[in-house]
Amino acid sequence: MLENPVMFDNPVQSPTPMSGLGLVPATTRTMTSEDFKTDQEARWCPGCGDYAILAAVQGLLPELGLARENMVFISGIGCSSRFPYYLNTYGMHSIHGRAPAIATGLAMSRPDLSVWVVTGDGDALSIGGNHLIHTLRRNVNLKILLFNNQIYGLTKGQYSPTSEAGKVTKSTPAGSVDRPLNPISLALGAEATFVARTIDSDREHLTGVLRAAAQHRGTALVEILQNCNIFNDGAFDPLKNPDTRGETTVRLQHGEPMLFGTTTRKGVRVSPRGGLEIVALDDVDSDSLLVHDVHQQDSSLAFMLSRLGDRPGGVTPLGVFRDVARPAYDDLVNEQIVEAGAHGRAPDLSTVIAGNDTWLVGPQHD
Amino acid sequence: MDCSSVGTKQLSNVIIRFAGDSGDGIQLTGDRFTGETAFFGNDLATLRDFPAEIRAPSGTLAGVSSFQLHFADHGIHTAGDAPDVLVAMNPAALKANIGDLEAGAEIIVDSDQFKRRTLKKVGYGTNPLEDGSLESYRVHAIPLSSITVEALRGFPISNKDAERAKNMFALGLLCWMYDRPTDSTVEYLRRRFGKRAEIADANVAAFQAGYAFGDTTETFATRYEVRPAHMPDGLYRNVSGNLALCYGLLAGTQKAGIPLFLGAYPITPASDLLHELARHQAQGVRTFQAEDEIAGIAAAIGASFGGHLGVTSTSGPGMSLKAEALGLAIALELPLVVCNVQRAGPSTGMPTKTEQADLLQAMFGRNGESPVPILAPRSPSDCFEIAFEAVRIATKYRTPVVILSDAHLANGSEPWRLPDLNHLPDIQVGFATEPNRGGEFWPYLRDPETLARPWTVPGTSGLEHRIGGLEKLDGKGTISSDPDNHEAMVRVRAAKVAGVAADTPALEVDDPDDCADLLVLGWGSTYGATCAAVRAVRERGGQVAHAHLRHLNPFPANTGDVLGRYRTVLVPELNSGQLLVLIKASFEVHAIGYNRVRGLPFSSAELAAQIEELI
Repeated sequence: MLENPVMFDNPVQSPTPMSGLGLVPATTRTMTSEDFKTDQEARWCPGCGDYAILAAVQGLLPELGLARENMVFISGIGCSSRFPYYLNTYGMHSIHGRAPAIATGLAMSRPDLSVWVVTGDGDALSIGGNHLIHTLRRNVNLKILLFNNQIYGLTKGQYSPTSEAGKVTKSTPAGSVDRPLNPISLALGAEATFVARTIDSDREHLTGVLRAAAQHRGTALVEILQNCNIFNDGAFDPLKNPDTRGETTVRLQHGEPMLFGTTTRKGVRVSPRGGLEIVALDDVDSDSLLVHDVHQQDSSLAFMLSRLGDRPGGVTPLGVFRDVARPAYDDLVNEQIVEAGAHGRAPDLSTVIAGNDTWLVGPQHD
Repeated sequence: MDCSSVGTKQLSNVIIRFAGDSGDGIQLTGDRFTGETAFFGNDLATLRDFPAEIRAPSGTLAGVSSFQLHFADHGIHTAGDAPDVLVAMNPAALKANIGDLEAGAEIIVDSDQFKRRTLKKVGYGTNPLEDGSLESYRVHAIPLSSITVEALRGFPISNKDAERAKNMFALGLLCWMYDRPTDSTVEYLRRRFGKRAEIADANVAAFQAGYAFGDTTETFATRYEVRPAHMPDGLYRNVSGNLALCYGLLAGTQKAGIPLFLGAYPITPASDLLHELARHQAQGVRTFQAEDEIAGIAAAIGASFGGHLGVTSTSGPGMSLKAEALGLAIALELPLVVCNVQRAGPSTGMPTKTEQADLLQAMFGRNGESPVPILAPRSPSDCFEIAFEAVRIATKYRTPVVILSDAHLANGSEPWRLPDLNHLPDIQVGFATEPNRGGEFWPYLRDPETLARPWTVPGTSGLEHRIGGLEKLDGKGTISSDPDNHEAMVRVRAAKVAGVAADTPALEVDDPDDCADLLVLGWGSTYGATCAAVRAVRERGGQVAHAHLRHLNPFPANTGDVLGRYRTVLVPELNSGQLLVLIKASFEVHAIGYNRVRGLPFSSAELAAQIEELI
C-alpha cells in the first residue's frame, strides 16, 4: 500500500559515527549553484548580509553531491527566515521560533533527508529559545544556521536578545537594560556537539564552516554574524574591517595554537589562575599557547573561548568551537524502531488491538 | 463454591462504587472487577473520579478516589446514577459518597478505619456506624484491614504491605457476592507482581480470602446474579476511550499505508495516549515527548511534511498553546490529527474532571479565518471509529482534524466488539509524484472535487517546492499579498472544510414512533446519559427523539432537515451552551440548552427530568 516505499525504509544504523549526510541519497547528475536558485525574487533590503549567506549556501550545496530533492530548509519568522523561498530544495517557512521543533519531527521521520534550519537571533534565542536548547541537547541531525544581526529587522528595529547593553532602539529610547545572550555559550551550555561562528562577509570561511557543519552527525549550530545595513549597520565592522580584524578576531583552527594580531603577535593561553588570557607573543613561550582541539569532549575550554570576545580588550573567535561525536537523537529513535520490528517480531495489528483479555459471544468460529 | 445457606437473588443490573484514599488501589480494584464482569458477559460502563494529586493527604475528603461500575443483563449506556453498593475504605470515602446513595443501598465499610481520629478528620462528630445515621442503608461493617493482615500472617511481607492488600480482599468479597469468575484476576496479579512473587502470592491470598469470607461467614444473606447480556456475536474486549483512540489511529495509518508520528507533551488526562502509542514501535510508530506543547504539534507538522501522519495529543491548556501551530497546519494544508481530551477549565481548572467546554475553542480559537474539521466520539469504543475517521479526513482533505474527547470518555470503559480490520475502508493517500501543470509542480493546485492540494513529500524528484504560513498564490503556491487572491484563498479553505459534509454520514435520529415534538441533540460523552434518559422517559410513556452529533464541523448535511422536524431542540452539554451557539447560528430552530459544569457527567435522571419538563 505504500506508494513510495523507499522513503519509509528504516536503514539499520551503523554503530560508528557517520557523516551527517550518511543516509542521504547522492545525486546522479552534476549540479551548480544555478540548480539551487528559485524563480522567486529575493526581497531582502539591498545590501543585506543575507544575500552573501544565500550565495554561499547555493555555492556549497552542489558540492555536497546530494540529491536535491532530499534536502529540506525549514525556517521560522524574521528576515532570515525568508531564506527557503530562494533555495530550490524542499522548504518550509514556518512560525516564529518553532523551526527546530518542526525540523525535529521531519528528521525523526525521514533519516534520508538533509535537514537545515534557518533562523535569526530573535527567532532562535528569544521566542524559540526553548526549542533551540532542547534540539541541541538531543543532538537531532539538523544543521542550524543562526543569522545574528543583533537587531529585530522585520519588525523594524527593536533590540534583540543579542543586542549590546545600552542599545538605543525604538523600543529602548533610553538604552536597553537587557543583558545580551551569547549564542555560542548557550549552545555549549546545552551540550551541543557542533558549535561554530562565522561571518557573512568572508565567503571562504563561511563556506568552510558550513561544509564542516553539513558533515557533522547531530545538531550543528552555526552562528553567522550578519550585517543589517538598515537597522544595525556596521555592528560587526570591527570584526570585518581589514585594518582591525587582525586584532579583533582569532581564527580557530583545529590542532593549531591560537594566534592573532597584526602589529604585535598575540596568543591565547590558559592563565595560571584558570580562565583564558590574551598574551603578547614576545612575553611568553609560544609552547604555552592553547592549541585548539575541536574534539575535546569536555566543553569547558570551548565555553571559555566563547566568552573571549565579551570582555574588554577581548578577541572574537571565529571558526569551529566544538565538534564531538555523540549519537544523534533521531538515529537512536530509528534504531529502536528497527529493533522493535526486527526479525519479524512486529505483531499483527489485530492481535495488538485484541490484547490479552478477550471473550467470545455467540457460536465459536474457527 | 455455592453455599446453600445463602439465597441468590436475580438482578437485571447493578451499580457498584468503590471508594477510598487515592493510594488505596481503588482504580485497580475497579479495573479488575470490570475485567471479570466483562469476561462474564455483562454489558457494562465505568466512571472514574479521582483527585489531581497523586497522593492527596490520606483520609481527607479531597483525597477520595472512586470507581463506579454499572453492569447489566441488557444493553446499558452509562455508569449509572445512584450506586446500589458503595464500598468505602475509610470515613472520608463514606462521607464523600453517601449523598449519592438511595435508601436501601448496600454499604460495605472497612470498620478498622472508623477511629476517632479519622472520623474527626472529615468532620464526623460521632461514628456513623454506631450513631444510627445509616439506618436507611444495609451496612456491612467489616474489619477489612485486620482480617487481611490476619489472613496474610505467615507471608514473608511487612504488615504494611499486608494491609495494602485489603483492596484485593474487598474485591474477592465482591466477586463472591456477584458470582464473578476469578481466574483472570489471579492471572493478572501474578503478571503484575511477577518479579515480586511474595507480593503476588499475598495479593492472590487476600483476594481468595475475601471470596472465602463471603462464602463462609454469615455476614451476607444474599448473593446476586446478573446474567450475561445479549450482545451481538463477536470477539470482545473491554476498552477505555484513550486506548480505543490510539487503536483507531493505528488502524487508520495502517490502512493509509503511512507511519504514525506522535508529538506530545504530558498532560492529564491525555498522557495515556502518549504512553500507549509509545508501546507500538513495532508498528513503526514514532513518539516524541517534546519540550512543550508547541514543540509537540510542531514536530507532528514536520513529520506530516515528511509523509507520516503527524498526530498531537493534549488537553485544554495545551490546546491553547498549540493554536498558532494549528493555524500553520491549516495554511500548509497538511494532514494532522489533534486529539484534545477535554477537562474542566478555564486555565488549569480541574485536571482530572470532565467537561465539554473546548468546542468553540476548536472552532474559533485561532487568528484569521482558520476552519478545521472537528469530530467528537460519543463513547469509549467510539473513540476508535472517530480516530479512524480523523485519519481518513485529514489525509483525504490535507487538513488538520481536531478530535474532542474528554476525561470521562478517556478513562471510562465499556465492552467493545473488535472490528475486523480487513473490513475497514481503505484510505488512499495518493502522494503526488509528477508535475501537475505543464511540466511544473504547483503545490496549491487543487483536486476539483475535494479541493485538497497535492501532498508531495521531500525525496520526490522534480517536485521541490516551498510552503509556509504566508498567504499563498492560489494554485502556484508562491507567496502573495494580492487582495483578491487572499479572499479567494480564505473562501477556498472554508469551502474545502465545508465540503467534508458531503462525505460525512447523515445524522441519524432515534425517534421510534416518529411523532415526538422534542429532539434531544447531544454531542460527545453525553451520549450514554442521554440514551438512558430517553429510554427512561419512553418507559414512562413520554415521546422524545434523540440525535447525537459526531461530526461537529462541518455538521452532517442533513442536520438542518432533522432539526426542522421538531418543535423544540434540547441541547444538553457539559458547558454553558457551546453547541447551542453553533446550532442557533446555523439553523432557524427553537433550541434550548441544558448545561451543567460540575466536572462530572450528567446523571440520566436529571436529563430525564429535564426532558419530561419540556414534553
